[in-house]
Amino acid sequence: MVLLALVPALYSAFALATGSGELTVEEKARVEAVLKPTTDFSQAEKFEALQAGAATSIEEPGRLAFSHFSTNLPESRRMDFRLGNALFRKLWVAAPSSTQASDGLGPFYNARSCEQCHKDDGRGMPPDGKNPGTMFLRLARPAATDEERALLAETMAPNLADPVYGTQLQDKAIAGVKAEGQMKVTYSDLPFTFPDGSVVTLRKPDYALSDLRYGPLDKTTTLSPRLAPQMIGLGLIEAIPEERLRAHADPDDADLDGISGKLNIVRSLDGKTRIGRFGWKAETAVVGDQVAHAFAGDIGISTPAVDRPHGDCTSAEVDCLALATGIQERLGKSEAPDPILELVTHYSRHLAVPARRKSGFPDVLKGKQLFYASGCIACHTPKFVTAKDAAFKEFRFQLIWPYSDLLLHDMGDGLADGQIVGGATGREWRTPPLWGIGLTSTVTGKAFFLHDGRARTVEEAILWHGGEAVKARDNYAKLSRTDREKLIAFLESL
Amino acid sequence: MSRTLIRSTAFAFLAGVSLLATAASAATDPAAVVKHYAELGRAKYEDALTTAKALDVAIDAFLTSPSEETQKAAKDAWIKARVPYQQTEAYRFGNKIVDDWEGKVNAWPLDEGLIDYVDKSYGTESDENEQYTLNVIANPKFSIGGKEVDATKIAPELLSGTLQEANETESNVATGYHAIEFLLWGQDLNGTGPGAGNRSYTDYDLKNCTNGNCDRRAAYLKAASSLLVSDLEFMVKQWTQDGEAAKAVTSDPTKGLSAMLTGMGSLSYGELAGERMKLGLLLHDPEEEHDCFADNTFNSHLNDAIGIDGVYTGKYTRVDGTKMEGPSLSDLVKEKDAALDTELTGKLNKTLDAMRAMAKRGETVEAYDQMIGDGNKDGNAVVQAAIDGLVDQTKSIERAISALNLGKIELEGSDSLDKPEAVFQ
Repeated sequence: MVLLALVPALYSAFALATGSGELTVEEKARVEAVLKPTTDFSQAEKFEALQAGAATSIEEPGRLAFSHFSTNLPESRRMDFRLGNALFRKLWVAAPSSTQASDGLGPFYNARSCEQCHKDDGRGMPPDGKNPGTMFLRLARPAATDEERALLAETMAPNLADPVYGTQLQDKAIAGVKAEGQMKVTYSDLPFTFPDGSVVTLRKPDYALSDLRYGPLDKTTTLSPRLAPQMIGLGLIEAIPEERLRAHADPDDADLDGISGKLNIVRSLDGKTRIGRFGWKAETAVVGDQVAHAFAGDIGISTPAVDRPHGDCTSAEVDCLALATGIQERLGKSEAPDPILELVTHYSRHLAVPARRKSGFPDVLKGKQLFYASGCIACHTPKFVTAKDAAFKEFRFQLIWPYSDLLLHDMGDGLADGQIVGGATGREWRTPPLWGIGLTSTVTGKAFFLHDGRARTVEEAILWHGGEAVKARDNYAKLSRTDREKLIAFLESL
Repeated sequence: MSRTLIRSTAFAFLAGVSLLATAASAATDPAAVVKHYAELGRAKYEDALTTAKALDVAIDAFLTSPSEETQKAAKDAWIKARVPYQQTEAYRFGNKIVDDWEGKVNAWPLDEGLIDYVDKSYGTESDENEQYTLNVIANPKFSIGGKEVDATKIAPELLSGTLQEANETESNVATGYHAIEFLLWGQDLNGTGPGAGNRSYTDYDLKNCTNGNCDRRAAYLKAASSLLVSDLEFMVKQWTQDGEAAKAVTSDPTKGLSAMLTGMGSLSYGELAGERMKLGLLLHDPEEEHDCFADNTFNSHLNDAIGIDGVYTGKYTRVDGTKMEGPSLSDLVKEKDAALDTELTGKLNKTLDAMRAMAKRGETVEAYDQMIGDGNKDGNAVVQAAIDGLVDQTKSIERAISALNLGKIELEGSDSLDKPEAVFQ
């Protein structure tokens, strides 16, 4: 059930941002010119350091580098950012409690606050034996009946939930019910030998479940580990015109460059279909949907947009459904009443991308050249210009540098999770934006990359690239060691 | 998660210049200002410690012979202890040692169901569910987030160690002023109606125990109270002359001044005006208030504002009545820009007036949780006035930062950062 009153606030970005059709001829020419990948690596490109346009944060790139608001956020919306921040950090508690607007946690949950997984708005961590990590398993199965196949064909659902455990495995629970089960991950060594003879040992994860409370999963249910992604630049990604994403798509590889690029068409909570651009499988089109889904699935808090006070409890989990919800009619018809979702969405949109460091340094420029020449930019698209009529003024007509086409690509067997999500096959993943990647460990303390954090360095992440990206990966591997270091130095400067 | 509103600086503070410029009128020395700030910090934490020890003694007396009188004496001691502590809060932001530590003593909101029984009928239409009595006091063995915890013996180490480490942030709701507050007052079951928590002293009466487990409840209260004392002892040490917190501000006066203004600005804007006041007003949630069990929130906010003002004026009145005064930020700003000093002083006073009006309303008309209630136009307006004051004074604090040349740092390689507004428009 979607409260109509909320819809304009969450979807106005798309109601207005219909594309760059309204650009004048001159503007269009200017956009086309500026979006051409550079061929001059002798100096930094104009505005390159401000990788998120006028929204770029120029605060000190320290531990809180991902926590600042868009530099051009109007003063009138800064308090809302602070309030959204407070709600992002808010620890939800089990119902009933005296903190009426803070209760309704779970009954099953993965985290008690947004902040717990998106620590300091940065990436999550896989479990390391001691630390439980900030990652969970998405559960899904393919359609089994004609009715289910019709659902998927009409994009009414991206896939089917496990009949017992729902859409994700919650490894925590409030008092009164036990957690659904635990994710177990074990790693085995997987050496990668460079053409120059040097070896890097990757770690290959293997996922299993333990302590399952309601018996086994459905035989067809697949496990897809998902690490909490960084939170920066989301409002700008939302403001990229759909036609720009379409322009990069090449699902059948018509240009025969070995790179497909597929749009994931998904249904938003307002019932409309749009191009997915958020999530590891591009399964969500707008920031508000992502926030509402995370409240429901990860924390077990219902919002006016996702009215599931019992979170991810299924009808098979009777003891979970029997527990109290945190709804107080007086405060609104959901556990998180208005304007909580709006404030957290506002906060999420406006977490700023930090400015580049060292973008004009010779080694970084050389690394940039190698990145371009190795074919990485076939998917890691350097630049976009956001819609001139984006819903939020501060995101309009900005030259931004996410280094991503936001499309789905076959990444090979090594990374495949076998899980279908809308248009994404079990081998396809969305190209994640690279901006901010060099500050990952500054913010999080440690750095883990890829959808399940298996890569412990940027280089390991590169070496995991398979499928369509294998050629670019091999090009990287063929570089001399110093050139590889320069390419990494470029990535670290993002 | 941005908690730091105002960034520190890489600019050298021009102390020598200001000395030369006003040689005749004995210009204020930044080193003296930060030294005095550290001394006030020590005095404030000492007072917080003294009053926490008095609270601990009152709790001993209450637990030895539980009665309405001894319970009331403990509650009074708690309210007195909040006064100096809240005035230290302006030291939290800008001083990392304080910010890293404060969760132990002042964490909130509290998941009280984890500590003790909660009212079953409250806030839910659900059936009687025995499982809600899963809490530390009633259960020597229980689980947090699915992990088994052995709480057979309730001692400070259980609260600070086991519960704290049980699940990172989840744990820090087990200790501090608000845990003690809950154990003394109990849940405030009055919503936005009048009245605070109404726990009976018999919850601690071993002979005539209500709600069960009075021995374990007493042990929890005593453990929390002892922990508060030891945590404050730690912080007093940090502010003695050779303490880490004091040295951090006195060894580099420029950094010290930044810490002072950061503390004032961050507490004014994001923390107090935003998270503690505006959020609750927006949600009209009776428990979106800081001292919710005791209905002491208006005092807590007022003392925050007094603390902020004190950082600027260099003044502090100790709990024994002694008045402290010394070289201040105000003196420094006045020498740079007398009009700005008048402006900021005026705004700080305006906020204090609004806070006092709020506190007066709290004592005479209605509690803070009623003020923020839905449809309470007058109450809402009183709270909003205090918020407006805090937001407004932040703007002048930012101007003071510029006036003292404590502006933003420059980034390396920031070749095209000078005109961020000109990017692609």
